[in-house]
Amino acid sequence: MIPVTHYLALAAILFVIGTCGVILQRNVLTMFMCIELMLNAVNLTFITFSRFLNQLDGQIFVLFVMTVAAAEAAVGLALIVILSRRADSLDVDQANTMKW
Amino acid sequence: MELIFFYILAGILVTFSILTVTAPNPIRSAVYLISALLSMAGLFFLLEAEFVGAVQVLVYVGGIMVLFLFVIMLVNVREMETQRRASRHWKTAVVLGVVLSSELIFLVVRGADIFSTEGIGSNLIVEAQTRNTESVGSLLYSTYLLPFEIASILLLVAMVGAVVLTMKEK
Repeated sequence: MIPVTHYLALAAILFVIGTCGVILQRNVLTMFMCIELMLNAVNLTFITFSRFLNQLDGQIFVLFVMTVAAAEAAVGLALIVILSRRADSLDVDQANTMKW
Repeated sequence: MELIFFYILAGILVTFSILTVTAPNPIRSAVYLISALLSMAGLFFLLEAEFVGAVQVLVYVGGIMVLFLFVIMLVNVREMETQRRASRHWKTAVVLGVVLSSELIFLVVRGADIFSTEGIGSNLIVEAQTRNTESVGSLLYSTYLLPFEIASILLLVAMVGAVVLTMKEK
């Protein structure tokens, strides 16, 4: 049996990698992927506690997190398409105008 | 044996996550992220959450990441490759990374004796070891029926929103 702290530490490391990625990256697409990575790290924590507390509720919550991630990806990628159409760049530092 | 699998999967996961964050162009980033998500699914299988592992592969890898790849093809990749890579926020990232990771690791280590491996609560999983999908389904359609319906409305709103946003103005 693997100690529960192993999984939690792994999830923490992944979350930190995702956070650093969001700050470091200038490309809006890669920033978005880092957010997906952070959501997945949280999912791992949910599943871990679901396993070690012997309750299935954690797995249900992971399904909801995945639903929200899918909705977020749809809307966010639509926004990215508009951004690239209007600003002709995916650099977040370029997108500093509120109105064209 | 289980521990060896865990370390292999964790190693792959961390490596590909770092590659995702540091990759020079978004296509590579997406491919690395797909590998990371697949090894995450492996960890879910290791944690006896077969249904969620399968959904991870189908929804994340098969759905969301394919959507990402489509959008990457739609926007101008050539222009992104030549973009200046260095970010001026790297100091913030280092500080935040150190603070956040030390905080999380501290909490995990401090809480190690609280999170005992002895199961508490109901023995839903023990009974469900052979049919994880069935028990997840029955729980989803009984206790969590209202959140499930709200989630479907959320998906509908997201779908309509995405269509409205990307519609060409007249």
